[in-house]
Amino acid sequence: MSMLVLENVHTHYGKIEALHGVSVEVNRGEIVSLIGANGAGKTTLLMTVCGTPQASSGRIILQGRDITHEPTAQIMRSGLAIVPEGRRIFSGLTVEENLHMGGFFNTKSEIRKSQAHVYELFPRLKERENQRAGTMSGGEQQMLAIGRALMSRPNMMILDEPSLGLAPLVIKQIFEIIGQLRDEGITVFLVEQNAHQALNLADRGYVLETGKIRLHDTGKNLLENPDVQNAYLGG
Amino acid sequence: MAANNLRHALFCAIVTLIISFPILGLNLEAKGINITLTGAKTSTYVAIVLAAVVVFVFQIFRDSFMGVLGKLPNLNPLAGREPMEQSKRVKLESWILTGIVIFALFWPFLVSRGSVDLATLVLIYIMLALGLNVVVGLAGLLDLGYVAFYAVGAYTFALLSQYTGISFWMALPIGALLAGLTGMILGFPVLRLRGDYLAIVTLGFGEIIRILLNNWTTLTGGPNGIGGIPDPTLFGMEFGRRVKEEGNTSFHETFGIAYASEHKIIFLYLIALVLAVITALIIRRFMRMPVGRAWEALREDEIAARSLGLSRTAVKLSAFTIGAFFAGFAGTVFASKQGFISPESFVFLESAIILAIVVLGGMGSQLGVILAAIAVTILPELAREFSEYRMLIFGAAMVLMMVWRPQGLLPMRRIHIKLNRQE
Repeated sequence: MSMLVLENVHTHYGKIEALHGVSVEVNRGEIVSLIGANGAGKTTLLMTVCGTPQASSGRIILQGRDITHEPTAQIMRSGLAIVPEGRRIFSGLTVEENLHMGGFFNTKSEIRKSQAHVYELFPRLKERENQRAGTMSGGEQQMLAIGRALMSRPNMMILDEPSLGLAPLVIKQIFEIIGQLRDEGITVFLVEQNAHQALNLADRGYVLETGKIRLHDTGKNLLENPDVQNAYLGG
Repeated sequence: MAANNLRHALFCAIVTLIISFPILGLNLEAKGINITLTGAKTSTYVAIVLAAVVVFVFQIFRDSFMGVLGKLPNLNPLAGREPMEQSKRVKLESWILTGIVIFALFWPFLVSRGSVDLATLVLIYIMLALGLNVVVGLAGLLDLGYVAFYAVGAYTFALLSQYTGISFWMALPIGALLAGLTGMILGFPVLRLRGDYLAIVTLGFGEIIRILLNNWTTLTGGPNGIGGIPDPTLFGMEFGRRVKEEGNTSFHETFGIAYASEHKIIFLYLIALVLAVITALIIRRFMRMPVGRAWEALREDEIAARSLGLSRTAVKLSAFTIGAFFAGFAGTVFASKQGFISPESFVFLESAIILAIVVLGGMGSQLGVILAAIAVTILPELAREFSEYRMLIFGAAMVLMMVWRPQGLLPMRRIHIKLNRQE
């Protein structure tokens, strides 16, 4: 059953069309990776799912509900969570407060439960509970961003370039965590420039080029596809 | 480096000469229908040259001057101290605040009439600054037209009293609600704006309100203003020598004491005090509620806040509305205190002063804002003897303040929220 469906979605920034009819399907419990070069429209695609900017035509369906014209705030409260590009944690707040912001619309007992769960996944965050989030390393901040997204107990999580600017060892750790999320039943939609690792982990993958889906296959097949190897995996 | 400094200093000195020579050194004199240009006294020229020399010397040794300024905090014995523990700090803060309030309750009976009047003005500024603190300090929306909401509150009371004879106590909630509504209406178009753009639009809005009041002569009396705004009453008791309105009694007759004009002033002061305390308490409450955290989240990172499902519209509008509401509160008290209002009381300078209070006090910090409101209102009064130089002193004080403590008098320390983990 599909979790998220994009049907022939077009998105405009003013008069410029950034997405020229994109169709993507993410099934429940899958990890789906979207790869593409700079400026291909990856982030635009994610932002369109979140409703900022809204799609100018086409349909977006989340868990069977048409969200194409819903405001961002409403979409983000319906079982979807995003880890935005560049982490965007609240650097002036402590780690714990950041997590609490993630569970803004939940009850206290729910927050307590999800917080314990996040600390289980990231023992590192527990150690830094009372530290200002801005003073942590990039990898820890990325963990916090994922943890904060988990606080709302989402069914689906969108990650925008979680490996951006991190050391290889930390990237490995982050990807392990993403795999773990799937094992917990969270559907993952992953956008990455780090194509090799993203496709390795993914059940299926999409290749976005200048606002259009160019290829679409299982992660394994895409890794072996000579075109993909040439363009995204360094030949 | 040294050559660079010298060149810079020379340049500054020349600029000083260019600026001050035509302003101070040349006089235009009217002789009959002709205007002639005459030079100033020799002493003026000497002064101009001296000023240029002072600028030159200062610029040459600028680095060492500023270095000394920068080192000054080290002289402050409190600077290197460890910050207090949160629970202790919160307790201390509330003790200080309670102490200030108790002192403020008895203060008008000890001092002169003029001081009480000034203190009422201080309290009005405290209300305004606390309200603006929500918008600028907490929600991070730079509002340069805040005085507009103050004007809405004041004019609501003035107009309603003129046309319908409403009393102060009725006008207080109406003025505040109308100001809040205006805040919400302004909030809609500026929702998408941020930073500089927001500041300019709010600045324009403040001017629109003032110019409207100035030009809508048939309703507001234009620049002539509105007079005869009634004083507040205490359960139907008036504070004047004779009762103005039918059905009211007078305060001094009811209690059988001699009439004194101070009674009215003290009563107004006490009203302002109570309202300021209420304002502080309500906003304190808001800060700890989810909406307060939402304001801060939006200020810290708008995209992140929205990604968590916070509605930008609701969060920004609530900040604008609540800030404007308390400005309306203050406006009503102001109208009652003055008895006469005109658009002149609501110029941009007022917005700037209120903003200066918030920034000087330390954005978001209530105690800081209260202290800054007291300082900023009283300082020009104390410096009255310097007459025309007092604004200069005020400006210099602000500059020094920003060099020393850019974070404000008492910067905001967040109350860290914790869930108790039992259960």
